Amino acid sequence: MNAMNDRIIFENVSKFYGEVLGVNRVSLSIPPGVTTLVGPNGSGKTTLMNLMTGLVQPSSGNISVLGLTPGNAERFFREVGYCTQFDSFPRGLTGWDFMMDSLMLYGMSEADAFRLAEEALQRVQLVDAAGRKIAGYSKGMRQKIRLAQAIAHHPRVLVLDEPLNGLDPMARAESLALFEELGRQGMHLVISSHILDEVDRISDRVVFITGGYLIAEGNIHQVRQEVRDKPMQVLIRCDHPELLASKMFAVNHCVEARLHADGKGVFLRTGDIDQFYTLLNEIAVDGLVRIEAVAPADDDAHAIYQYLIGSDGSAA
Amino acid sequence: MLERANTFKKHLMEQPWGLWWLQARRLIRIEVRRNLFSWKASWIYFLAFIPTLIILIHLLFESHPAFALSDDTNVLAGIVQFYYIRLGVFFGCLGIFSRLIRGEMIERSLHLYLLSPVRREILLLAKFAAGSISALVLFGSAIIADFALMYAAFGAAGQDCVFNGPGLGQLEAYLAIIILACLGYGAVFLLLSMMFRNPTPAAMLVLGWEAINPVLPSLLQKISVASYLRHLMPVTIPGDGIFALLTVQTDPVSGWAATLGLLLLIAVVLAYSCLQIRRLEIRYTTD
Repeated sequence: MNAMNDRIIFENVSKFYGEVLGVNRVSLSIPPGVTTLVGPNGSGKTTLMNLMTGLVQPSSGNISVLGLTPGNAERFFREVGYCTQFDSFPRGLTGWDFMMDSLMLYGMSEADAFRLAEEALQRVQLVDAAGRKIAGYSKGMRQKIRLAQAIAHHPRVLVLDEPLNGLDPMARAESLALFEELGRQGMHLVISSHILDEVDRISDRVVFITGGYLIAEGNIHQVRQEVRDKPMQVLIRCDHPELLASKMFAVNHCVEARLHADGKGVFLRTGDIDQFYTLLNEIAVDGLVRIEAVAPADDDAHAIYQYLIGSDGSAA
Repeated sequence: MLERANTFKKHLMEQPWGLWWLQARRLIRIEVRRNLFSWKASWIYFLAFIPTLIILIHLLFESHPAFALSDDTNVLAGIVQFYYIRLGVFFGCLGIFSRLIRGEMIERSLHLYLLSPVRREILLLAKFAAGSISALVLFGSAIIADFALMYAAFGAAGQDCVFNGPGLGQLEAYLAIIILACLGYGAVFLLLSMMFRNPTPAAMLVLGWEAINPVLPSLLQKISVASYLRHLMPVTIPGDGIFALLTVQTDPVSGWAATLGLLLLIAVVLAYSCLQIRRLEIRYTTD
């Protein structure tokens, strides 16, 4: 298979809504796995997803998904499923009708559509409510039926716009497990979510976007390394955290120290991670402090989001 | 040239016609169900069957001497010419066809179709076919009911007029007119609903255009649904008074020419609609 036919490609894509910028000069090459789009409201996440699936057309640039474009709808939408944020459905339908109407448009037999609808409803655990009118569903159930519809035809690319919205904690955990499983199976999952802490755990890579501009992308640890000008925070579990903090804080590139709540560790923030680890090794060798564990404390999407975008949504 | 034709033929043969046909049938089934079996369609039922109700009251409460047969034939022709073509089918089609795309945008459910593996042109044509079937079921059955009730009142004389006189021929002509009216207005309103957020003002302009059409040059008269339909009327009723506003007077044209002209107009409008839907974007917040 051509390598490009296994990727989602954005080539210098811009989208303007009249004079309003949607996204500007975005170039991306997304391999299989779970990719999370991270950015504040109005940053262009949904625009990117809508561009990917042909719901809006790019003002300039080219987009292809596994070598296909939405203009070739018969092939494109067999490979792509999109669970949008639009919380609306055709009137009067039950969950079951909605699934069957949707699947029958793939040209499959009624028996096949029935089997796939049942399988998808089971995956999102909505079989019991499938016979009820969607108008009577809770927000979480509507989210589930949209997800079921997006995955029912076994797409290779699944685009999920805020898929955890409206779900209770149990349903969120189940959905995340499902996404993780689909990602492991070699699917492309492109997810946008505000619930970074949860999505972060299953993401193979993140795309940070704000104000329509792509500001960083890649594996979460790579991105963190690229943001080297921002001090990194490390949690060290040890027997004498105060002593360790005083030793480390004496070094001028260590900018912040905070004791862990249980008193058995310390968060240290450093501007030079390489020197930091060298010094930490020396302290450990000296035997002044017995170190039990060392782990990056801000090597996640949320922390990088704060660094790159800031809490107010403007690029930092 | 021949090579080009062969390439084009090969390209056509390679298209998934079977799949398109299957998808169109399934879309039509979904759309017809929604058009005909929803409370929102009740006012279109009213538009279609209000003359039927009036004729039924006329049948039940008035006497029908045989000499009144030709008067009632003219009344039926007037109902088709003045009511159905100019008002009933016009506004009924506005309700049915503008809902197909614009209504889905208002309800924020059009994206579900645009994310299905259905070519947009197939989607549009299937929706048009579904709208046409819905309109034809309503207005066609209304015309048949009007006709049956109108002549049933005359007993044997009415039966003779229908089966041995011009009755059935007139019914066929009325049905043909209704079919063409539904297709013509349907195509126009489907296009208007894609071009304008609220197609009603544009539809009023179309109504006005149809009204002033008789005074326009003959070339412009051809861009009108009602002007074609007038040539197909089996019984022509001259418009007097207020009805003059609803009467279209055009240069004489043969029935076949009028039918082909209208079908050509429908084809052009649908082709342009196909171009429009290819460029259609889902931006519910601004729609």
